[in-house]
Amino acid sequence: MTAGTTIHQKEGMSNGMLGFILFLASEVMFFGGLFAAYFIARADSPSWPPTELLSPQQIADGVKLELEVVMVAISTGILILSSITVQWGVFQIQRGNQKGLLWGLFISIFLGVVFLVMQMYDYTQLHFRADDTVFGTTFYTLTGFHGAHVAGGVVFMILILGRSLAGHFSAEHHEAVEAASMYWHFVDIVWLALFATLYLIPT
Amino acid sequence: MDWLTTVDHKKLGILYLWFTLFFFAVGGIFALLVRTQLAVGENTFLANDAYNQIFTMHASSMLFLFIIPIWAGFGNYFVPLHIGAMDMAFPRINALSFWMLPPAAILMFAGFLVDGGAAAGGWTAYTPLSRQAGMGMDLWILAVLLLGMSSTIGAANFLVTMFRMRAPGMTMFRMPIFSWTMLVTALLQLLATPVLAAALAMLFIDRNYGGAFFDPNGGGNVVLWQNVFWFYSHPAVYIMILPGMGIISEILPVFSRKPLFGYKAFVFATMGIGALGFSVWAHHMFTTGAVLLPFFGIMTFMIGVPTGVKIFNWLGTVWGGSISFKSPMLWGLGFVSMFLIGGLNGTFSAAVPVDFALHDTYFVVAHIHYVLFGGSVMAVFAGLYYWFPKIWGRMLDERLGQLHFVLGFIGFNLTFFPMHLLGLDGMPRRIATYANDTGWEPMNLLSTIGAFLIAVSMIPFIINVVLAFRRPPDQPNDPWEGNTLEWATTSPPPVHNFDSLPPIKSERPLFDARQENKDTETN
Repeated sequence: MTAGTTIHQKEGMSNGMLGFILFLASEVMFFGGLFAAYFIARADSPSWPPTELLSPQQIADGVKLELEVVMVAISTGILILSSITVQWGVFQIQRGNQKGLLWGLFISIFLGVVFLVMQMYDYTQLHFRADDTVFGTTFYTLTGFHGAHVAGGVVFMILILGRSLAGHFSAEHHEAVEAASMYWHFVDIVWLALFATLYLIPT
Repeated sequence: MDWLTTVDHKKLGILYLWFTLFFFAVGGIFALLVRTQLAVGENTFLANDAYNQIFTMHASSMLFLFIIPIWAGFGNYFVPLHIGAMDMAFPRINALSFWMLPPAAILMFAGFLVDGGAAAGGWTAYTPLSRQAGMGMDLWILAVLLLGMSSTIGAANFLVTMFRMRAPGMTMFRMPIFSWTMLVTALLQLLATPVLAAALAMLFIDRNYGGAFFDPNGGGNVVLWQNVFWFYSHPAVYIMILPGMGIISEILPVFSRKPLFGYKAFVFATMGIGALGFSVWAHHMFTTGAVLLPFFGIMTFMIGVPTGVKIFNWLGTVWGGSISFKSPMLWGLGFVSMFLIGGLNGTFSAAVPVDFALHDTYFVVAHIHYVLFGGSVMAVFAGLYYWFPKIWGRMLDERLGQLHFVLGFIGFNLTFFPMHLLGLDGMPRRIATYANDTGWEPMNLLSTIGAFLIAVSMIPFIINVVLAFRRPPDQPNDPWEGNTLEWATTSPPPVHNFDSLPPIKSERPLFDARQENKDTETN
């Protein structure tokens, strides 16, 4: 930025960071809309999963409205772990440890990819599709949009990793790293809410 | 070429203005087609199918491509000037916000070329109709998604600009009211538009991937669409009117030679409308029988309170003032009187038993047009006449402006007032034609004549603008003796906006500066 006289940058958080937080607020509202749809569908349904809605044809085709809990619980743990490792990376760069940041990012990216692979595998193991009642529609929509955000977060962290390798960050200057980690935590929190909603609420 | 790559907030603002005024014209032509079809009973001017597409695209153009983005245009140009900033906080994101609009418009209008035609389910796109409609509906969904993204990132940009880019001395409570209304509008856009995005995503999944969000056969809920849609679209009504209120609140003080009556009350009323705006969406859905009637009825009445506060602000400003009836002021007073009617007939409809009678009749069409034409469009013209000299360095002709206002004002009331009566008489909205023995023909004919009068009123406006551009710029820096900072710089302002700023000690820095000059002169 030029040493302008008419730019009135205030102290504290930068413009970019504030804009980023506002963007995250809009993301929260987006997921809020999807969650609302899920809760309404669930409240409308006499039983959950709504097996009574399956047609004889669907039952004959082997459609089963059942979720795979154990593996998803493991991948949930992996995502939580990745949030810790990315935050560890932020703490390292705050102390000026560039190598620590590299490791933190690298491990988090790896864990994020593992989560995505496990989600893909989970999709192949399920016996229902998006067009098999509102149960399938809400499940794939919510987890699908979340998965897309995980993928976006992985890309974000890869970009940050590239910049770290180029030595862009220091103890004083590492705002992009903070933004990436904040985004990753956001994705993680949405997943915890999703996991609790889709898997843990007793039927 | 410069216009394609610019990141200057003023040039982007001008691009917004031209783009949105173009779609005002397109939407207006569609409105004339609708009115022509309805002029007489059992008319065959438009086929039913074409009629549905035309009225849907009329509203879609007017709301999504004209009113919502034109505030972003005015805001782009004047928020940085009003708060004494050099530009928006994120100039390149600002350019991105604008350049998402043309592809969205192309997508939406491409519907006319595909099988089944453009979207025809009304701008509200209610399920189950919108689940079954042709491919034009998908294009419409994508277009509105794109427009939503544009206004969401634009909103974040406006918020950061106003929170962090204010000049020294420009505290939050010295910001011009227009900036305040843009701030609350931006908050609504930031928090409501993503819910519309979620709704559109669900509708797209239902239509294309066999989803069952809105399909009762698969355990879905048809009314869910209305809930998520109005959760956005009711706040969106305030998105469409608040900046207009802001413009009026800049103009009335200048042409009454008085400060705005109750500045802080106005700011809090704006915040109140913004906050309450999230709790009234289901008053659009009373007749579904699926919403809590007393709650949404009461909340809707409550929104009348801050709105009433504003009417008092405006009346108190004008009261006892030294009023000059220049074109911006005429449109401003037109706004106050017509928006008042729009507020009142809206409050009628919020009474649950009354709403059961009026729902989906022409009364609702009258209401929305008193708010959006009598309110927003009048504010658009007020703003154009007021700021034309600042943006383009030329005054608009006063007599043509007055002719424009008088014809427009009469045409507007002639078009939309009879719709109240038609609605009370039971004429449903969105019907392509009506039987001759309904007795609706005289009022409809009157309404159609009014619509063409509105179209005629645009002729002096267009002549006015063309003549202004043919004149050499006279560049009046402060033709109205304004209060706010944009009048402290040249017309049009330089790229960096200000060479120097006057001291900012109140919400009227230019008034203060003029007083100081007078004091030193008399000394």
